[in-house]
Amino acid sequence: MSALKSTELGPAVGAMMHGVGVEIEGLTKIYETREGTEIMALDHTNITIEPGKFVAIVGPSGCGKSTLLSLIAGITPLTTGRILVAGEEVKRPHPTVGVVFQTDLLLYWRNITDNIMLPVEIKGWNRKEYLPRVNQLLKQVGLEGFGPKYPSELSGGMRQRAAICRALVQQPGLLLMDEPFGALDALTREQMIGDLQTMWLSLRNTVVFITHSIDEAVFLADRVIVMSPRPGKIDLDLQIAIDRPRGWKSRADRQFIDYMNQIRQVFEARGVLSKEAV
Amino acid sequence: MAIAPERVSEEKATRRVKARRQRIMEAMAAPTLTVAILLLWQFGVGAIGLSEFILPTPWSIAARIVHDYRLLFTNSLITIAEMIAGFVLAAIAGVLTALSIFYSRIFERAVYPILVALQTIPKVALAPLLVLYLGYGFAPKCFLAFLLAYFPIVIATVVGLKALDKAMVNLVRSMGATEWQTFFKIRLPAALPNVFGGFKVGISLAVIGAVIGEYVAADRGLGYLQLQASSQFDTTLSFAAVVAIALIGVVLFGALEVLERRVVFERESAK
Repeated sequence: MSALKSTELGPAVGAMMHGVGVEIEGLTKIYETREGTEIMALDHTNITIEPGKFVAIVGPSGCGKSTLLSLIAGITPLTTGRILVAGEEVKRPHPTVGVVFQTDLLLYWRNITDNIMLPVEIKGWNRKEYLPRVNQLLKQVGLEGFGPKYPSELSGGMRQRAAICRALVQQPGLLLMDEPFGALDALTREQMIGDLQTMWLSLRNTVVFITHSIDEAVFLADRVIVMSPRPGKIDLDLQIAIDRPRGWKSRADRQFIDYMNQIRQVFEARGVLSKEAV
Repeated sequence: MAIAPERVSEEKATRRVKARRQRIMEAMAAPTLTVAILLLWQFGVGAIGLSEFILPTPWSIAARIVHDYRLLFTNSLITIAEMIAGFVLAAIAGVLTALSIFYSRIFERAVYPILVALQTIPKVALAPLLVLYLGYGFAPKCFLAFLLAYFPIVIATVVGLKALDKAMVNLVRSMGATEWQTFFKIRLPAALPNVFGGFKVGISLAVIGAVIGEYVAADRGLGYLQLQASSQFDTTLSFAAVVAIALIGVVLFGALEVLERRVVFERESAK
């Protein structure tokens, strides 16, 4: 039904996306391992994300942040609690959600255009209508003319850009990103962070961005949620009030460094980072 | 400090010539060796005093093929029909079995161990029994070709289906894909290289199955022709049949490769 709605709205090229809100209430997720032991990945987590906000979730490996994302995406069933996306309870993947994973997951037998068209095909929309949008997205991420190329002909950074286009082609009200730059080299990553900000400033949809990089989180987000090791709980919920667009220089700002330190201190208190012996 | 430009271009030219020579030598290696072996065979037979009756020379085999092409051709058609029928059945049944194994855990638990255990039976040993059950005609040869081709197709397809990254499945599920869509958009295309690998093994084995079936009991086909030739000490005709059998295998394998190149996007080919 909701897929139908989106078709009526049409893929107006360059239109602003409307961010949707996310409410997470009393969310608990318990995994059962193959040996039968139970692992609590999330313990009664509550988060309310306002529409159009860029929220970063930072935490060490195994804090349940990726679990949280796949729960919001509706690809993993939750144990107790509930998740609302755009006011609707998530029982299956919500049609307004786009996901970017840690690896690009491009299909090697499809060229870049066809890869970006994948969600369009799956939702049964008209490919032709979306072609201008695909080309515009490619242009926006600096991949103009790469549509007919195959993923193996692109570098890691370019492939991840294509994966971001794939998540954006359906104009998602909520974009979920699971450590999207984690597999990239430091320089490419630096470039991608800046480009993502530019892109988002033109879209202003809601973004939930999972990362283990404190710097990445503070640079990109309006709000940083810090999660503690398993079972995942929220340790710090920090509003980042730095003017946009943020650039190289923002990192040297007193404010920026303060935010970084606050997050770092949480990790130190939790034993995730050891205190520096200076 | 700087190397004179003419020196650089000179060096580039010699490097290019060397590279080209290397490529030609590499391309010529296999044909040269083949010709050498054939020549050695051709002249070695007489030189060590072997009778052509025991080991016919390549030339006389070739002459015999030309002379008896009609006989070889009609019998080849029989063998090809048997093995193609067996192979097609094996491909259909094999892929369907693999899908059942992949989608049903209970089916997998029940069937997979049995399939693997059956693999250890030399299926060729069943040939006399098949004649007993299915008679002398087309059926036992077709069935033996089927039996030999079936297992590798099942195994390769199951492996191909299971090799898919779980993250890929999550990706399309996050887009709201049904299992039907997941299968046709990612599972099947991702498994196709393996499926074709199974097909190629299967088609080679189907040839063997059909010919063995003919060895046991037949009144036509290349295997039958060979038995007839041997009983009359006609080694040249027997060798001619071997060439025909080999040719069938090679041609059908090649045909599958052509089909594969049209259907399957090879991961390596673009790299």
